[in-house]
Amino acid sequence: MTGPIVSGHDPRFAPVLLVNPGQGDLKHYLSRGGYQGAKKALTTMTPDEVINLVKAANLRGRGGAGFPTGLKWSFMPKDDGRQHYLVCNADESEPGSFKDRFIMEDNPHELIEGMIIGGYAIGATKGYIYIRGEYRKAYDSLKQGIAEAKAEGYLGPNLFGGEFSFEIFLHRGAGAYICGEETALMNSLEGLRANPRLKPPFPAGAGLWGQPTTINNVETLACVPHVVAQGAEWFNSIGTEKSKGPKLYEVSGPAVHPGVYELPIGTTLRELIFDWAGGVSEPVKALIPGGSTAPPLPFTDDVLDTPMDFEALAEKGSLLGTGGVILIPDSVSMVDAMWNITRFYGHESCGKCTPCREGVAGWMVNLFKKIATGNGSPGDVELLLDIMDNIEGRAFCLLADAAVWPVKGSLKFFRSEYDDLIERKAAVPGYSGRWK
Amino acid sequence: MSIARGETLGFFDDKSQWLEELFASYPPEGRRAAVMPLLRQVQDTEGHVSGERLQEIAELTGLTATEVKGVMSFYSYYHELPTGKYHLQVCATLSCALGGSEELWDYLVETLDVLPGEISPDGLFSLQKVECLGSCHTAPVIQINDEPYLECMTRSRLQALLSELRAGKSLDQVELPGGPDPHWREVLFQRQKAQEKK
Repeated sequence: MTGPIVSGHDPRFAPVLLVNPGQGDLKHYLSRGGYQGAKKALTTMTPDEVINLVKAANLRGRGGAGFPTGLKWSFMPKDDGRQHYLVCNADESEPGSFKDRFIMEDNPHELIEGMIIGGYAIGATKGYIYIRGEYRKAYDSLKQGIAEAKAEGYLGPNLFGGEFSFEIFLHRGAGAYICGEETALMNSLEGLRANPRLKPPFPAGAGLWGQPTTINNVETLACVPHVVAQGAEWFNSIGTEKSKGPKLYEVSGPAVHPGVYELPIGTTLRELIFDWAGGVSEPVKALIPGGSTAPPLPFTDDVLDTPMDFEALAEKGSLLGTGGVILIPDSVSMVDAMWNITRFYGHESCGKCTPCREGVAGWMVNLFKKIATGNGSPGDVELLLDIMDNIEGRAFCLLADAAVWPVKGSLKFFRSEYDDLIERKAAVPGYSGRWK
Repeated sequence: MSIARGETLGFFDDKSQWLEELFASYPPEGRRAAVMPLLRQVQDTEGHVSGERLQEIAELTGLTATEVKGVMSFYSYYHELPTGKYHLQVCATLSCALGGSEELWDYLVETLDVLPGEISPDGLFSLQKVECLGSCHTAPVIQINDEPYLECMTRSRLQALLSELRAGKSLDQVELPGGPDPHWREVLFQRQKAQEKK
């Protein structure tokens, strides 16, 4: 077979990120080639060679934005004598996303190894994992993994007999979605309220405690050992034209087997939902392809045949985001689903800037409540659209845009559901039943 | 740190080793980074963070109590007022909502006769709605205190949980009908299947 690997059915595709579930200890990790990537990087490559390899592999950030990882690493200053930090963003809180949790719980050494290589590449001797506070199992597993790695000399001074030393510290969050925003995360780690910071300066110039810092997602870092061990060519053989490598996709909502599936990036929604997640367990009308920030799309053949990569989903008017697919059944009103998501963003607004504090947490939530409870009046949807136009692109960080995009998407494809409720002065079906 | 506390033993007085390790994980200029782990330690032990504990944390980190409170109030995990022995945190976000979390919430409010901020008369239970816990495939999900999630919750699983806790069983002794996570085996199966194909 020739051509790129874009299906989990392709015999050339073998999952690498999530294998041997429940066997995340060091012994197992070593038995399948663990820490060989770190050894190769630290003993045979210069930091620049590592960065160039990751660039050549076209690894893009798996936290949602898809920024090229090698490029991000190359922004770090060289030999400036300052303390550099590598921060792993493990504050996975995007509704519909639970992939990083699988890596941390089942394969903690993969993340640790990725951080060692990343730290080496950017000249950071210290790494922090900012893990969301609720992930107790993942925390325990990482804590054990770090202790094992320390005991066996994979963390600490003079790794692999060389000059590079690396330590990892765990820092637990305490329930705030905004901490997934990299500058808010740094504030939170420093013991401040988690308001985002103004950029510039960017973290590579002045990040954690004012020092050069790179922040990467868990899955991104977990890909790194495999890139080093198997090479850029291998990584590039998987995926579509501009999106490369294996990807963890998540399925939740009314699927027969909701869960996490490692597939080539660019696998179609149809293959993910029907072949891997076993199909739908009740009639479905819409899907959110990449976590709650991604605008919902109708559950049609055209959408189902879309490859799940950064470009194809953007073309359809949505986002790959975190790859977290949420199915929305026929029985639930789109207004109801969007009310839930809007309420989520309203609750998680940090309150720093007016468009988000007043617009998302105030106006949008109140308008949804009004329409969803059967009190909508003609013009409410126009008002909502007008408010969203005044929020989008005008807030301090992306949280407010993230609140606007799904609602705008729902109005593009499911406007009639809003109009219908307003016209009939009806509450969403199941209101005060399913949730309120 | 030399402020006299009279007869009362400070929360951290017998934890000097732990404190040393904690502060060593941040640079000297980053001492206040310890504020979140310190708050968590108190929250997990005492169920809330009292004004007195705020003052202790302030002294340890070189902050004022107001600054510590400013940090504390930003996050949903720390509580100013006492919580029950079992603080039930019910995920309310979309996938859990689709899975019926609101019905579970209503059931809990009714059967425990508590609202958020209250504690049941026996001191055992308090309730909080929380946002996405990151376990959407095993919705609806409930977390008690700082313990691993209770997944795929249903009313019958919840009933069993409450009655076992009321009977004095500890959380790790509780057995829920259907096992710890009925979907989980299916998910593992799918993942194994994907690998075995190779």
